[in-house]
Amino acid sequence: MALANSPEGADLARALRKRPFRRPGENLIQVALLLCAVVSIATTFAIIYVLFSDAIGFFREVSFWHFFNPGNEWQALIDPRTFGVWELVVGTVNVTLWSMVIALPLGLAAAIYLSEYAHAQTRRFLKPLLELLAGVPTVVYAYFALTFISDDILLPLLGGRISFFNSLSASIMLGVMILPIIASVSEDAMASVPRDLREAAYGLGATRLEVAFRVVFPAAISGIVAAVLLAIARVIGETMIVAVAAGSNPSLSFSPLETIQTMTGFMLQVALGDAARGTTDYTSLFAVGALLFLMTFVLNVGAQIVVRRFREAYE
Amino acid sequence: MSLRLRSTTPTGEQAREALRGKPAAEHRPSENVAKPEGEIAFSISDLNLWYGTFQALTNVGLDIPRQQVTALIGPSGCGKSTLIRCLNRMNDLIPGVTIEGNVTYRDADIYGSDVDPVEVRRRIGMVFQKPNPFPKSIYDNVAFGARVNGFRGNLDDLVESSLQRAALWDEVKDDLKKSGLALSGGQQQRLCIARALANNPDVILMDEPCSALDPIATLKIEDLMRELATDYTIVVVTHNMQQAARVSDYTAFMLTDEEITGQLIEYAPTETMFTQPADERTEDYISGRFG
Amino acid sequence: MSASESTPEAVGLRAEGRVARRQAWSRASRWILLGATLLGLVVLVVLGIDNAITGIPALDWDFLVSYPSRKAELAGIRPGILGLIWVLALTVILAIPLAVGAAIWMEEFAPRNAILTTVRLNIANLAGVPSIIYGILGLAVFVRLMELGPSILAGALTLALMILPMTVITSVEAISQVPPSIREGSLALGATRWQTVWNHVLPGAMPGILTGTILAVARAAGETAALIVIGAAAFIAADPSLSFAGLLDSFTTLPMQVYSWTLQTKPEFRANAAAGIIVLMIAVIGLNALALVVRDRLRRN
Repeated sequence: MALANSPEGADLARALRKRPFRRPGENLIQVALLLCAVVSIATTFAIIYVLFSDAIGFFREVSFWHFFNPGNEWQALIDPRTFGVWELVVGTVNVTLWSMVIALPLGLAAAIYLSEYAHAQTRRFLKPLLELLAGVPTVVYAYFALTFISDDILLPLLGGRISFFNSLSASIMLGVMILPIIASVSEDAMASVPRDLREAAYGLGATRLEVAFRVVFPAAISGIVAAVLLAIARVIGETMIVAVAAGSNPSLSFSPLETIQTMTGFMLQVALGDAARGTTDYTSLFAVGALLFLMTFVLNVGAQIVVRRFREAYE
Repeated sequence: MSLRLRSTTPTGEQAREALRGKPAAEHRPSENVAKPEGEIAFSISDLNLWYGTFQALTNVGLDIPRQQVTALIGPSGCGKSTLIRCLNRMNDLIPGVTIEGNVTYRDADIYGSDVDPVEVRRRIGMVFQKPNPFPKSIYDNVAFGARVNGFRGNLDDLVESSLQRAALWDEVKDDLKKSGLALSGGQQQRLCIARALANNPDVILMDEPCSALDPIATLKIEDLMRELATDYTIVVVTHNMQQAARVSDYTAFMLTDEEITGQLIEYAPTETMFTQPADERTEDYISGRFG
Repeated sequence: MSASESTPEAVGLRAEGRVARRQAWSRASRWILLGATLLGLVVLVVLGIDNAITGIPALDWDFLVSYPSRKAELAGIRPGILGLIWVLALTVILAIPLAVGAAIWMEEFAPRNAILTTVRLNIANLAGVPSIIYGILGLAVFVRLMELGPSILAGALTLALMILPMTVITSVEAISQVPPSIREGSLALGATRWQTVWNHVLPGAMPGILTGTILAVARAAGETAALIVIGAAAFIAADPSLSFAGLLDSFTTLPMQVYSWTLQTKPEFRANAAAGIIVLMIAVIGLNALALVVRDRLRRN
């Protein structure tokens, strides 16, 4: 550059010196990239603002105590209106519970099989197939839950003991949906348990089953807990399956055979109707949404903390 | 991961095919292999092992005496760790391994078709290069083998006596509930020895048990090895020649050269090996000229 | 092979008694666990077969190219397919540059400090936010505040925000797997950081970014709840127009149509829903398979 026709030293020093706007294009691009990252932060703030500003409007009309009082029913859309959110929360807990009863044993069994038993080729073939279960559109599961699980199997099987819309049919499909989440995240945790621990156990004369359940499983427990937390977050946020198959009758029941309504189920019901802005019908959507957001937030953060702790233990 | 012993899988076939192409002289077993006196624990002959198509052991044969310490030495990559892992069938756990030849333990074929690897490993304990306690309490670490084996005696007594034999009891007796991972490296390794002893094995295999330890912890383990040799057969892999000289009764020297991987060069009483090696390559190695 | 004369009984290396039982359990456990692993898949296959039996009679060319109708045998999924393609294309155009830009900033330019940690945590959390919440966000911001109405553009913006975190995460992963030696080589030749990223890092990360994008599109393709919340129609008897003004047209998607038929009580509509599901599943499985192929290519190179 400048060196060719310069006396020496001073020019070289100048040529190498930092100049703030030497490459304006480069700086612009950096700013643009930063803005892309800012979008994600802005999204979070927008979600919080949107949910909580209307939720605050809701709580001007309905007291906190009324909302969280387990004695109140949830009857938000017809008079006399009562807003005891506990019924919706119990509905959500109901399907979470029963879907976990299905997905936890199957998902963990799959994780143990893939991590401790399967050949590398089998794993490479099975894992994407299993993950497909999480990729099936939830509206498809919703249709299966209502027409196949409930109508064709549960009703003929259980007769009058089960409602047409019931928590069980939704829970079964939710269980199938989250199975790969539990399997995949737990399998990652088990695969990162150091080889020497397995060798130590085999060296002491443990069988494959004993190595899997007495050594690998306990060593991977925090990763498994994280998997369960993520799966629960997924279940409580899932809308279509519960809205279609579990019904829209809020109830404090934990029974899988009854019609219930979950938080998301109610939110969809409001969205489908034509509640006017500013009415409690409309703002209740945001109040329930804010509660749902807080619940999934706690579960997701919890999962991340547990995963981080697990990584620290082995890295 | 099923194991492929004397397998007819393509990899094994290919490996043997490749071997057949070599001139016979290249894989003739060493002549400098002593016959130990007294009772024999392991008798190994014509042992070949492949990882896929890579041959890791070539025509190894030697007898390992009972209730003595036998050291396997040699530069890294010479196959000594592979060899020791053949003695309790730990190599079974690696996919694609092919093993040919004979390994008998007190005249029983370890690789016999009706032999159970779990039974083998219960009797032939192992201590690994890096201390690998389970992330459980000291007590649960020692009790692990007994528990999976359905031990019916007094577990507390077993844990205490195992820790005592591993010279760890006095240091940990007050907090057996502490995590095994909270111990120092040397203590962890003694915990692993105690864990192996609790299974009441006949043999303890040690795969470079001191390579991750400081000199003082190393000396403690070496003392322990000498003590244990009165009751147990000990086979120890080490890259440390002084250690082999200090603790072992017999020493085997292994080597990988340009043509043959994992061959046994010389096997003799330790004193003979270190004072009058029969093979030039042994002499080069123990005098520090390579490796 | 065995030269040994004596039998294993001498020292008892055979599995007997308790050890034999333990080994039997261990061997049985392989099959029990495999069965449990396959059970979910078996359920899906059984449902798929049942669905095919219900849906195939309704699935013909007319079904693909007709508009919805009150008469089940005349109804088709034309607006659903066109609307879905339209919305997804727009979603990809909106989301991918943003996601890749954010990922590049995080991996190549961000200061390694608390800000970056916050951004990371934030994105991981956004990935776990339920889709119905994104629907509420879209309703409040795009439909109401920006006055886009329940339009194609509002739908695409909503879906773009929804798939953004997932796409950022996979892009970050893809970029971080480009070996540092490639960056160093380029920087040592006097290239600027952006030149290095554009010419060397991005091409190396492309297959990974592509895989993530395809999977994100597969997820957006099936999304229903968020679109219901922003007010997307279930019943539309016109094609979305291919113009800028068309961005503000109302729209429906295939999952929306499946949903509305699911709620119908007449069995003929049930067949329509099943036929729509067949089409939707072919698209989703096709996208997943495509992602696998791209990922395999990546591994081989």
